[in-house]
Amino acid sequence: MKALIIGCGRVGASIALQLQKEDWDVTVVDENEDALSRLGDRWPGTFIVGHGMDVDLLRSAGIEETDAVVVSTDGDNTNIVIGQVAQKRFGIDCVVVRMLDPARADFYAERGIRTVCPTKTAIDTLGEAVRACGIVPAAKASA
Amino acid sequence: MYVICAGGGKVGANVARSLLRLGHELTLIEQRRDRFERLEDEFEHQVQRGDATELFVLERAGITRPPDIMLALTGDDEDNLVICQLAKEKYGVPKVIARVNDPRNQSHFDLMGISPTICATSSIMALVEHEVPEHDLIHLLELRKENLEIVEVQIDKDSPVTGKRVEDLKLPEGARLISVMRNEQAEIAVGSTTLQVGDQVLAILEPGKEDELRRVLLRR
Repeated sequence: MKALIIGCGRVGASIALQLQKEDWDVTVVDENEDALSRLGDRWPGTFIVGHGMDVDLLRSAGIEETDAVVVSTDGDNTNIVIGQVAQKRFGIDCVVVRMLDPARADFYAERGIRTVCPTKTAIDTLGEAVRACGIVPAAKASA
Repeated sequence: MYVICAGGGKVGANVARSLLRLGHELTLIEQRRDRFERLEDEFEHQVQRGDATELFVLERAGITRPPDIMLALTGDDEDNLVICQLAKEKYGVPKVIARVNDPRNQSHFDLMGISPTICATSSIMALVEHEVPEHDLIHLLELRKENLEIVEVQIDKDSPVTGKRVEDLKLPEGARLISVMRNEQAEIAVGSTTLQVGDQVLAILEPGKEDELRRVLLRR
């Protein structure tokens, strides 16, 4: 199975390494060639320097034969445009897009794009962590 | 009419200024602080600071009214695309106009049904080709909504149509000649117009019919 990861930051690089370990054939794209270092000393997959909005680059990265695309650059709008291009233009079913803004993530999720919003997850997790301390607010405690 | 304009750079600010002068109601949205502060002196309450791809920023600018037109004129194509998608599909804004900064991104706007778009580079290239024809068929204008385009063809000495009347040409279906430019003077092409070597002919046609038109007018 082939996976294409656009954006090799902390998130993209970790997913690339995970999938690689699970025997996926992984290609990583990033604008910055230094991002390759996030993949360790012996990255056995492919690494291409370029911008994910560039259709020629996506083709040379093998998007037409790709089974899954993960879009995780540091720009929400860049991600959602690349995600839609992968899904609508190249007809890839499994496209996962990182969006930090919960509002935009919801809007595009309703429109059939698999958006993942780490901000939402962080809000839930942090809220739960605070509540897990078991401190009761003063107003409620006296009520 | 009410217009929201995203992007207060040279393009956005000048468009906003022109629309206000025409008596329209407008809100300009600019993200950068330095630019915003300069704009505020001129536009006062009609400029707001924020990222126009954020829903709350658009809502603060009155997108739920909705405006008659949303203009996405920032220097970032991905932002312009998202602004137009939100305006059209979330808030039901009836008309959007998007600026395309990098002509290579045009296909993304087409894919997502964002139209009309305007791209300075493409417009300049069309003009350059019009002034200095390098190709035998030049694309001058694309009418995306109408699915038509206007092209220019230069009739040369090998053309099979020299000396022929327009009404006698076997033009491809879905193509018409508009005008003929000869000795710096343009004339509307009518049935009795006779074509000559050196004529610059404008034609309107459905995209994809260029090769057929080229065969008729130039036999190649």
